[in-house]
Amino acid sequence: MLGDKIFKYATTFVAALSILILTFMVLELFRNSMPVLSLKFIFGVNWNPVVGMEEYGVLPYMLGTLVTSAIAVAVGVPISLGIAIYLSEMAPDFVRKPLSYIIELLAAVPSVIYGLWGMFVFRFWVIEFIEEPLSKYLGFIPIFQGQPFGLDILTSGLVLAVMIIPTVSSVSREVLMAVPNTLREAAYSIGATKWEAIRLGVLSYAKSGIFGAIILGLGRAVGETMAVSMVIGNAIGEAAIPTSLFKAGQTLASLIANEFNEADPISLHAKALIGVGLILFLLALVVNLVAQIMIWRTIKTRGGLVE
Amino acid sequence: MRNYKIRKFKDKIAYLACLFCALIATLPLISILLEVIKNGFPALNIDFFTKPPGAVGEPGGGIANAIQGTLILLGLTSLIGVPIGVLSGIFLAEFGDNNFGRLVRLSNNILAQFPSIVIGIFVYLVVVIPLGSFSPLAGAISLSIIMIPIVTRTTEEALKLVPNTLREASMALGVSRWRTIISIVLVSAKDGVVTGTLLSIARIVGETAPLIMTILGSQWFFSGLNAPMDSLTLRIWRLALQPYEYAHQQGWGAALVLILLVLFFNVSARVLTRSKYRRV
Amino acid sequence: MIGKKSVSVGREIEEIDRPKGIYKLEIENLNAWFGTKHVLKDISMKIRANAVTAIIGPSGCGKSTFIRCLNRMHELVPSARVEGKVLLDGVNIYSKEIDPVLVRRRIGMVFQKPNPFPMMSIFDNVAAGLKLNGIRDKKRLYEIVKRSLEQAWLWDEVKNDLDKSGASLSGGQQQRLCIARALAVEPEVLLLDEPTSALDPIAASKIEQLIVSLKKNYTIVQVTHNMQQAARISDYTAFMYLGKLIEYDETSKIFSNPREELTENYIAGRFG
Repeated sequence: MLGDKIFKYATTFVAALSILILTFMVLELFRNSMPVLSLKFIFGVNWNPVVGMEEYGVLPYMLGTLVTSAIAVAVGVPISLGIAIYLSEMAPDFVRKPLSYIIELLAAVPSVIYGLWGMFVFRFWVIEFIEEPLSKYLGFIPIFQGQPFGLDILTSGLVLAVMIIPTVSSVSREVLMAVPNTLREAAYSIGATKWEAIRLGVLSYAKSGIFGAIILGLGRAVGETMAVSMVIGNAIGEAAIPTSLFKAGQTLASLIANEFNEADPISLHAKALIGVGLILFLLALVVNLVAQIMIWRTIKTRGGLVE
Repeated sequence: MRNYKIRKFKDKIAYLACLFCALIATLPLISILLEVIKNGFPALNIDFFTKPPGAVGEPGGGIANAIQGTLILLGLTSLIGVPIGVLSGIFLAEFGDNNFGRLVRLSNNILAQFPSIVIGIFVYLVVVIPLGSFSPLAGAISLSIIMIPIVTRTTEEALKLVPNTLREASMALGVSRWRTIISIVLVSAKDGVVTGTLLSIARIVGETAPLIMTILGSQWFFSGLNAPMDSLTLRIWRLALQPYEYAHQQGWGAALVLILLVLFFNVSARVLTRSKYRRV
Repeated sequence: MIGKKSVSVGREIEEIDRPKGIYKLEIENLNAWFGTKHVLKDISMKIRANAVTAIIGPSGCGKSTFIRCLNRMHELVPSARVEGKVLLDGVNIYSKEIDPVLVRRRIGMVFQKPNPFPMMSIFDNVAAGLKLNGIRDKKRLYEIVKRSLEQAWLWDEVKNDLDKSGASLSGGQQQRLCIARALAVEPEVLLLDEPTSALDPIAASKIEQLIVSLKKNYTIVQVTHNMQQAARISDYTAFMYLGKLIEYDETSKIFSNPREELTENYIAGRFG
């Protein structure tokens, strides 16, 4: 009996560590960034670490995070949904396993290698197939202005899109598979084609779960650091405001990666970067909580059907 | 009937569109693997694997210290993260059906979604600054914060798969609860636990961001727990950012080594899962 | 009318103008498999039009698989296979030129557990099949939905709540909603797979009476594990056992004087 009690306390204590770490983390982040946190910090656009002229505003970086994540979602989500539908509703058995494994492998590739590939390979695809044509034919539109150089907001967004595909497609697949088969049968029984059966019987039921998968992908995109830092062009301050897709930019995460080692540990600069970390954490937290709730809702409820 | 023909057409288009999406997603993976092999292979030679980098700007040298660093981190992180993760998983599966358990699960979920660079900042503040220097220990702590939620979750799931009848039978024979959990339940679930651990190792071996401000990176081999250290991931990052062609090539070479390492753990985990089912 | 009652042959739609025979469906040497498991063995029978035909038998005898072969739903399961012929008004629905989508419009199905589309209103549930077939005119949709709900004895109960979710109804109402949904596309045959086994006795009884009233206009084939129900409402009964058709005759004959000993044992409750 004593052995049991000790064991139970031991495991409880260890399990509690995650709560302790989390709390401690949030407190430390707040404590160390307190001196810089202010409305000017959140809404300012200038970023100047030079002592004597110091100014720290993170708005351009928040916009950068927003825009790159938006591109990632706009491009990555439709592709992920197509994959999820194909794998769960359309693919023949001998294709399903290998194809889903390939998609899983995409998730295993480390972020820094995505960055390497983005810098030296993908960027040139983007320049040749997307940026140059857009610049030539639609260059008068403000978001397509500027000389296409490849290390910019568009490329970062597209690399992020590739990186969120494994997450969004696998969660969507789980959601689709949780749809009871009887709804598909109901659609077929009134003479629906395969696509109509998917539309009527599956997608409408899975809507909020899929929405949750999308938000989860958004959360991933928001927190992604290395790949973005290597292809986004490292702009600072006002120059980082994303006025054009072909401009260099900066996200909250990439800023920290690019500047942290240069900042003097006791300076205001360092505290500002910690503040950026705090904002990044809060952003990712909100997005991920929303996602969890939405996914949980679809997989749990059965829509009021007779049990 | 025109309507019927349109419906059939839409059906066909939907199928092609979804197939297209599936195919288009394989392109980046194939490209990455091809480029890593194509560009990285020429960089591999004896020096590459045995020597640290030369002076910046001078070709030659290798990534031996980075490989060493990654392996040291792997070992240290597992030493910290695996016991904590497994014990937490045991707690959640065996004693965790209450509000406290729910709180623990929630924290783990939040920790799992934490941007890894912010975890790096945290460890910098609580380990590097008090210590006064960058340290492999700090690096390992930051990576174990990433590892723990993964191992906890997979351990909990593996333990939950063990049927309750096994626990009851053991305790009915007079075996104490804690002994039952360790010798009977955990042993039954060991494949699942090991798989989860291997997958988490595959994940942390590829992490870069938290290492930036905990081990910093270095041109030299491991120099003690109070000094910076290098890792494959940091080396790739730094080499890519240098303006020299030879550096880029070494970067690809390091990427090849890293991908092989990650794939090794990933595939081992998968092989273990498959053999688990075959035995049953 | 929704559209011409027709069967697609190749790329042309022909009107089949056959004299109405007394047999709506003729099944010839029907065999079905799940992978290598042979679940239906050489079934042949002729189903009378405008009558209720019950399929009875112990669980696992293949009766559900059988009716799913009648509207080509069985083949939707991966590794499922069908051989043999099923003639609808003389045309084999399994012939290569026939599109199963069109077959399923003419042969509707209602399932054991009511399955209305949960994210759609009552109106939209019934109208679902109509919209698929290109009917957009609101007035026409309303007419057909009303008529279908009336035929399913549900109109009076829901006429003021057509916008409510399909899943907000009681079990019996949901099942009648599913019947209305099936009737809306004007099938000729209605297949019922144990339609009342998930319902309480009062709801079940209402559906039984509904089924009897429907046979005037439709051919009904009903699978049931409830022998008394088969005896109550069906005109013809088929008894199946282990994938084979053992006996098929008028209901009165099956229940009072069956030819086969197996049938007699099942009816008497000696197994099943």
